[in-house]
Amino acid sequence: MFDQNIIAKLQQISGKDQVLTDTADLICYSYDATQKQYRPDVVVHPGSVEEVSQIMQLANETKTPVFPRGAGTGFTGGSVPIAGGIVLGLTRLDKILEIDEENLVATIEPGVVTEDFQKTVEKVGLFYPPDPASLKVSTMGGNVAECAGGPRCVKYGVTKDYIIGLEIVTPTGDIIKTGGPTMKGVVGYDLTKLICGSEGTLAVITKIIVKLLPKPEAKKTMLVLFDSIDGAAQAVSAIIRGKIIPTTLEFLDARTLECVRNATDLDVPDAAHAVLLIEVDGDREFLDKQVQKISQIVQPLGVVETRIAETPAESEALWQIRRSISASLRQVNPDKFNEDICVPRSKVPDMIRKIEQIADKYQIPIVNFGHAGDGNIHVNIMIDGKIPGEEEKAEKAIVEVFEGALELGGTMSGEHGVGIMKAPFISLELSDSVVDYMKTIKRALDPNNILNPGKIFPSDR
Amino acid sequence: MAKLKKLEDFRDEIDQCVKCGGCRAHCPAFGAEKHEGRVARGKIALADSLLRGDVDLEEKFLLDMSQCLLCGSCYAQCPNKVHTEDIVAATRREIANRKGLSTFGKGVGTILKNQGVMNLLAKGGGAFSKLLFKKIPDQSGLRLRFPAPFISSDRTLPPLTAKPFRERVPEMIPGDPDMPTVLFFTGCGINYMYPESGEALLKALKFIGVTVLIPKDQVCCGLPAVSAGAAATVESLAEENLPVFQKNSYDYIVTACASCHSGLTQIYPGMGDEFGDLKEKVKDIFVFLVEHGFTEKLAALPQRDNPIRVTYHDPCHLRNHGITKEPREILKALPQVDYVEMENAGTCCGLGGTYSVYHYDTSKKIGAKKAGFIAESGAELVATDCPGCIMQLQDSINHADEKQRAVHILDLVADVLPE
Repeated sequence: MFDQNIIAKLQQISGKDQVLTDTADLICYSYDATQKQYRPDVVVHPGSVEEVSQIMQLANETKTPVFPRGAGTGFTGGSVPIAGGIVLGLTRLDKILEIDEENLVATIEPGVVTEDFQKTVEKVGLFYPPDPASLKVSTMGGNVAECAGGPRCVKYGVTKDYIIGLEIVTPTGDIIKTGGPTMKGVVGYDLTKLICGSEGTLAVITKIIVKLLPKPEAKKTMLVLFDSIDGAAQAVSAIIRGKIIPTTLEFLDARTLECVRNATDLDVPDAAHAVLLIEVDGDREFLDKQVQKISQIVQPLGVVETRIAETPAESEALWQIRRSISASLRQVNPDKFNEDICVPRSKVPDMIRKIEQIADKYQIPIVNFGHAGDGNIHVNIMIDGKIPGEEEKAEKAIVEVFEGALELGGTMSGEHGVGIMKAPFISLELSDSVVDYMKTIKRALDPNNILNPGKIFPSDR
Repeated sequence: MAKLKKLEDFRDEIDQCVKCGGCRAHCPAFGAEKHEGRVARGKIALADSLLRGDVDLEEKFLLDMSQCLLCGSCYAQCPNKVHTEDIVAATRREIANRKGLSTFGKGVGTILKNQGVMNLLAKGGGAFSKLLFKKIPDQSGLRLRFPAPFISSDRTLPPLTAKPFRERVPEMIPGDPDMPTVLFFTGCGINYMYPESGEALLKALKFIGVTVLIPKDQVCCGLPAVSAGAAATVESLAEENLPVFQKNSYDYIVTACASCHSGLTQIYPGMGDEFGDLKEKVKDIFVFLVEHGFTEKLAALPQRDNPIRVTYHDPCHLRNHGITKEPREILKALPQVDYVEMENAGTCCGLGGTYSVYHYDTSKKIGAKKAGFIAESGAELVATDCPGCIMQLQDSINHADEKQRAVHILDLVADVLPE
């Protein structure tokens, strides 16, 4: 039985309306996009940093686990309350506090939805590039905690490259500031970068200072269909060797194309075994030249067809193939294990071959697509979980995929983080001494292990 | 026997939701009240928990399930195409089944029982006079939409007509023998509130020589009862409409109400094989008109001076069926119309069947957003293809102290056709 005094105190801190304890409410805050469900004991939505601080003090004193939550769209269970306790919903802190056009810096609260923020800064000609697939709903706080990526990161980098300062509440309830609105700053440890991607285990983010860029004038989209994955992969290297860094360099492998072909009426010729979706941005006058140059570079590499969008509507039509993947995959099998390994971009074809071997070995469909430009491959292991033994097979295949990525100098996760889903495998990638180093930091900052416990490190669970 | 699907029949559909949360960007109820229980993903988790016996029909559960407009905005954007609106409607039926109708949504069941409603109406609380309301059959969707004791006195409503549309017109209006024959399924909105739009439809069909049947024995499609979870009502209405569809001879059924269109093409076909061919037979009036050369005929009319600036609102129940082009095509072809597209034309108006009755505050918030988009468009008129939307849009515009009028596209069409 959960301590009713804690609930009463939460009500004192944030108000009765902001504290949820009914079963129906607890169900609604029990999951994220992993579909794993763990019911919390209470959900609270604080309205200020002071409230967050008081809640953390209360939790620390009573040794109650706290699970910070944004929109709950993570793929690794980062926000899932695996030990009951308190879900700390940060969506009420949703103000864009300042957009400083002179210094190209914005200050925002963590509950701001990523796309809303992007649209707001774009209205004044500024640009916040990171674009995770969930940007229409994901919160900036969640993006920072997970260090979200996205297609545009090839050219522009990931979330942490744009975060220059934070206001955070420590696991013991202190409110501190890290970094600041300056482009440079080297006084003390770079705590801002430590918090970015720490998956809500070290601090609760309550304010974010973001660096912005001038908005590129225009963009241009092209779709190149190749007769092999090798051609497509060589094209990626060749484009970058040609000193062009596209905004986006997305690829779809043969198995993905087959799914799209079967599930939609989109025009995907049978001869195409890999696709690159390429976008360039910048001054309008340079874009045609860049697209032309890319066409020339890739032409000898087994191009089946090149489509270039002249209008936004045509661009959207080219994106349709990429956007139709998710629903198309469901036609292969109902359940999906979605991994996001990352390898050096030149190793993408090696990785795809390894994955094909693994798929053949376990006789399960694995389809691959993702961000070829930075070697970040979304590996989708498609199974029917209702068939006995399938899940076990998938789990074995996943381990081999991870091992394959690591052998090529890659990582288990480019974007999604560790959370609970990859925690059991963390020692494949990190040595004991690295894990110890990290856990020492965690123990020092969160002595009672109350903030998002059980995430990243398996033994804490 | 017409039979609606039970919640357990949606097991597979429920499992299709992968909890990506994409619906948070599109749900009008969530947009107004940022609580996970408002959004499709939360409701599916709750429906799943109910089937598993992990949650009781507690107050919060009922509240969350009532907080859905069944607009299908989530479905339209869902990567896995999960019909949350059907799952929520089935959950409401399940609630009604377990606890009785009256426990759901502050007593929808009471309204269904005619005598009770009439007594309450007699106390004089409603927007309608007892006399006029008497003309509306017990099971009409309008009774569910305007259960007088619950209607906010704050709401502006169109007057009910003294003489319903179907009583004004013959059951058959012959046309050109070379042209198709259509059965006009009028719906309650046109029959009781906006008969002039029905007359406008007849004028348009006469203009191209179409023979029209308007059977007097047709009844409410039942969509508001779907919204209310009143399964038996929906089923009995469908059974009453079935012989109307079967005994008459026609090429198509036309509707001028997005809700009726959805009722006949989405709800009915799931209730039994005997309704199977409705999907092909039922056409929205503008789809029918466009397919039969109406646009060209309009374009041939002389352009008017000082055209009126008009924008279009997509009713959810047409947008979900991919009907977005035809109403715009007709509007753009009208000689007195200067068409302008508003931002977010496809977002819900906030009516949502019985939703606006029980959650008028949230409904108003959703409507206020829409009123803002209409005002920003610079249009004088907002035209649409659904009496329910027209009512809600006008109410939202009034609350926003704006001047625009909400009209049916048919009213604009009738203005330019010869008598």
